[in-house]
Amino acid sequence: MTKAFRLPTGDRATDAGLIRIAVLAVGGQGGGVLSGWIVALAEANGYLAQVTSVPGVAQRTGATVYYVEMIPDRGRVPVLALMPSPGDLDIVIAAEIMEAGRAVTRGFVTPGQTTLIASDHRVYAVSEKIVPGDGQADRDRVRDAAEEAAARFVCFDMERMAEDTGSHISACLFGALAGSGALPFERRAFEETIRASGRGVDASLRAFGTAFDAAGARAEIPPEVARDPAPAEVIGPSGPLAAWHALCRRVGDMPKVVRPMARAGLRKVCDYQDVAYGSEYLDLLERGLARDRHAGGTRWDWAYSCAMAKYLAQAMCYDDTIRVADLKTRGSRFDRVREHARPRGGAVLEVTEYMHPRGHEVCGMLPTGLGRWVEARPKVGAWIDRRVSRGRRVRTNSLLPFLMLYALAGLRPVRRRLLRHAHELAHRDAWLAEAERCVMRDYTLGVEVLTCRRLIKGYSDTHARGVSKFDRVVGAVPLVETREDAADWIRRLREAALADEKGTALEGAIATVKSFAAPVGA
Amino acid sequence: MAERSFKREVQHLRIGAGETFRGEGILAITKALLENGVGYVGGYQGAPISHLMDVLSDAQDILADLGVRFEANASEAAATAMLAASVHYPIRGAVAFKGPVGANVASDALANLASGGVTGGALMIVGEDYGEGSSIMQERSHAFAMKSQVWMLDPRPSLPSMTRAVRDGFELSEASNTPVMLQLRIRACHVHGTFEASDNQPPKLTVRDAIAQPRRDLSRIVLPPFAFEHEQEKVRDRLPAAQEYIRENGLNEQFGAGGPVGIVMQGGMYNTVLRALQRLGLADIHGDTNIPLYVLNVTYPLVDDEFLAFCGDKDAVLVVEEGQPNFIEQSLASILHKADRATRIFGKEFLPIAGEYTATAMLEGLRGFLSDHGGGVLSAHGRAPNHPGLVPPDLAVAVPARPPGFCTGCPERPIFAAMKMVEEELGPHQIAADIGCHLFSTLPPFNIGGTTMGFGLGPASNAAFDGGGERRSISIIGDGGFWHNGLTSSVGNAVFNQSDGVIMVVDNYYAAATGGQDVLSSRADNPTKSTNTSIAGALKGIGVDWVREIDRTYDVARVRDTLKEALRTDSPGPKVIVASSECMLNRQRREKPAMARAVSEGKRVVRPKFGVDEDVCTGDHACMRLSGCPSLTLKTLDDPLRDDPVAHIDQSCVGCGNCGEVAEAAVLCPSFFRADVVENPTRREAFRARLSTRVIGWLQARRSQRRLNFAA
Repeated sequence: MTKAFRLPTGDRATDAGLIRIAVLAVGGQGGGVLSGWIVALAEANGYLAQVTSVPGVAQRTGATVYYVEMIPDRGRVPVLALMPSPGDLDIVIAAEIMEAGRAVTRGFVTPGQTTLIASDHRVYAVSEKIVPGDGQADRDRVRDAAEEAAARFVCFDMERMAEDTGSHISACLFGALAGSGALPFERRAFEETIRASGRGVDASLRAFGTAFDAAGARAEIPPEVARDPAPAEVIGPSGPLAAWHALCRRVGDMPKVVRPMARAGLRKVCDYQDVAYGSEYLDLLERGLARDRHAGGTRWDWAYSCAMAKYLAQAMCYDDTIRVADLKTRGSRFDRVREHARPRGGAVLEVTEYMHPRGHEVCGMLPTGLGRWVEARPKVGAWIDRRVSRGRRVRTNSLLPFLMLYALAGLRPVRRRLLRHAHELAHRDAWLAEAERCVMRDYTLGVEVLTCRRLIKGYSDTHARGVSKFDRVVGAVPLVETREDAADWIRRLREAALADEKGTALEGAIATVKSFAAPVGA
Repeated sequence: MAERSFKREVQHLRIGAGETFRGEGILAITKALLENGVGYVGGYQGAPISHLMDVLSDAQDILADLGVRFEANASEAAATAMLAASVHYPIRGAVAFKGPVGANVASDALANLASGGVTGGALMIVGEDYGEGSSIMQERSHAFAMKSQVWMLDPRPSLPSMTRAVRDGFELSEASNTPVMLQLRIRACHVHGTFEASDNQPPKLTVRDAIAQPRRDLSRIVLPPFAFEHEQEKVRDRLPAAQEYIRENGLNEQFGAGGPVGIVMQGGMYNTVLRALQRLGLADIHGDTNIPLYVLNVTYPLVDDEFLAFCGDKDAVLVVEEGQPNFIEQSLASILHKADRATRIFGKEFLPIAGEYTATAMLEGLRGFLSDHGGGVLSAHGRAPNHPGLVPPDLAVAVPARPPGFCTGCPERPIFAAMKMVEEELGPHQIAADIGCHLFSTLPPFNIGGTTMGFGLGPASNAAFDGGGERRSISIIGDGGFWHNGLTSSVGNAVFNQSDGVIMVVDNYYAAATGGQDVLSSRADNPTKSTNTSIAGALKGIGVDWVREIDRTYDVARVRDTLKEALRTDSPGPKVIVASSECMLNRQRREKPAMARAVSEGKRVVRPKFGVDEDVCTGDHACMRLSGCPSLTLKTLDDPLRDDPVAHIDQSCVGCGNCGEVAEAAVLCPSFFRADVVENPTRREAFRARLSTRVIGWLQARRSQRRLNFAA
């Protein structure tokens, strides 16, 4: 090589004021509108701009990237890139927090260079939603990583802001972009761009302004507002109210760490049934506390009692027909529906419930004796099921259907005499007995057995599946209880049970347990 | 009517010389067609050229003014066959479709067209759906150009280059009597930019005038002995003519000064190469560079002597050719070898053998090549950057994948919810999927369908199972695929072979996945197209005896029961269910403004919306495993007693009804409710509402006075 080359000096010296912006959005979030605005803004302010995207099917709710480049117009045509280069972006806009995470993972966010503007809200992916337990991705981890990766991180809930201002998230993102000061244009130039676009201008400007202020005011994540749950306000007739306060005093006598959960549990149980039921809850919890103390709970921070306070309340507040009818006919629920549907002016709100009662549920509402009689006769049960099992749409805003549900809810005082209650009681007592037995030999195992109650939820088939998972996990306790890591195994089984609907993971986990727990020589 | 309207944008197509065109790549291509006197246009939609079809459709009055005929062809084969008009008549024609899948379908017509050759310029605009955002198998349309010996243009991805390629394409086609493919990548189709416009030109001969004086020339027909002569013509006359035209008119471009190394690239790669060179400090933002660049705006045929001249006494040349096989690199290596040149040729050693040439792949590829073979051209910093390579925090576990899925309120969702319920009841079935939005059924939460063999070929792909067995096979086909070729290739095949299988026709009134273009069975009245053809009628016409129509797919129980009936009936022959409901995206686009108008005019309007009672919901998410709707989402309650988030319906809900129907049909839970807001209610309605609200309120107050009430 003989020829001399004139090398351009310095990387940035050659870019002549080039600004590179990537917009990461979920299909349908208006990423096209936003990138269109950015181009219009640039072109109206002496810049040459280019935008590209890969729409196609990605627009159908998938993750998608828009890419904008702009450069001051100095008379020569620039060669602009059609795709973002990792490590070479000035501004990244993410219309959802996980998309900000995706931008970081893809290397779009460079420390010391990239301004990252993200909406803090979540649009859950299907994979997060279909988990029977809690499948939500770790937002804090993503937020921390984004904070660390970006030169500047502007992040707040722009979806809610858009909703509050009656606009769309694209206007908020545009406002946050303006407020971040990352582009060399005045606020007025941004607003002119919105005006020139000519659609929903007023609402967009409102949203823009709010986001502009927010981005300017707090360039960093707002600290989590530590919400101290105010002592629940309770109103009611004087008799039950006095009883309630007496129950609260009993909670006050419990170890400090148990109290918040016990109070929440008590409240739920009393709301579900009555103060007498609340008293029953506290009786059981106090018995549990005694066992806990006996088992050395002080060393474990009363974990057993805390778990019991939580899951006993859940177990006592089983979801039966009376409960559903009660919740559906309350005034507070009517208010919530109204707020959700937002009827304006003279509009009328009609509410339809989708219900599918089955013979099983009807049977559960029979007095215990009669119910058992029916249960013993499958043909009668099947006959009842044929009579009732079909989809029923109930118009709760009309008088007659409302009265029907209202009457059902009115059965609350006799609930404890019904078959379902007998079933639930038996199940609960067996569960508590097993937990008590376990906690005395292995404290953490006892806690795990209590926590397994989490597996039971839902209605009809889902409920039956949950009970079956519960039975299988708790049924595995004798297989592992002699081991030191018994509690770990039960926790693993429970997590497996929550991983999928059918319990495939659980089957596998139980097979593993059986493989090492098989009695030798048996 | 398409999902996106270009009514406003197409007005830019009217501008003339002295004005600057500003807009999307696709629109610019359309403008260039008009400036170059195109006589007829057509094509079949598909990303990334769907918008080209939409633009043409929305520009029909402008086309008509110029005497240009527009066809929304039934398939890519039909579109390419239409170019037959340029065989005997000196009329320029252009069709558009996506590659390589469209080229697959087109290839029968393409081979015939290529054999006889053309008189008028014939252009196939191929939107290459490759790399990020692609929804198809990753192949190259380049092979089609080679095997049929038609030319392929791959212009630099800027509006001036792309529009010039339209002109070049027509002229090259006419100069060499060969059809030409104009390849555009996804991002180029959607790039927003500018170019200097010129006046639109009406075709010198319109198709209308042409049929007044029909022509034929036996020697252009693909029959022996002419077919043998065509083959000779291709290499003897057409190829040299094309190469000469390319050379004489400078279709390929060279940039940069001389030097010991050079880069040869497909035109479409130019901007990515330049950005990488900029980052290596070897080019500036205006494209001035010290590295010699040879930009192939024509990737087939190659011009041997032009390439050899570029190589000159260079030590090494890098070929930037995206995708595989590396046809261009192989050809260039062969040219060098036969010319006995010492220049070494590199390509896939430094750049990915397969997959998109992303910015990073290009940067590292060029860095590698220039470090090894560029002598001192790279600065020390360029060879080995001081700062360690970017290692982004590993969030792969934390950030969930987000594949595309059914839209909010999609009418296809309940069909697959019903299928999933049937599978849970009767066990798994052999299910074949097809191309279209319904292909999302293969992903969670439905996990339905195991193969996709091409547009409209779902039922055909189950043909081996036509004989039946313990459980009938099921296949899916959309209305788009049905009319594209499914009626004959799939249904006709099933009838003729006495298939025992079940076919589910997913009819959403449009070619929805490609942006909502009308098809034969669309329900809308289209002023220039014939719609409202009955799918069931076509099925009966082709010989299907067992046909069931479902006119509201949201009736999950009915879809489920109909499918079960199809799986159990004794009736011989294919069992076909036509499940119809309008694509929600298009429906909303039509209904939303109409509804707002009706409300402001004081008419009675019902706005439905679904909701979940959060204290009834237990957070099992069974509903989501039968839905996947974006508006049905999670909500974490401020309740220490709850471990799992509950279901929640957000403000984007359009009230399609799927949630309620599924909860009812699958006996899930009583958490769902539908809230209908009745705007401008009748007097009677308003009176009844007031009355019942009062009575209900009294009852609620009465009960709440007798119990403890806990503030929320």
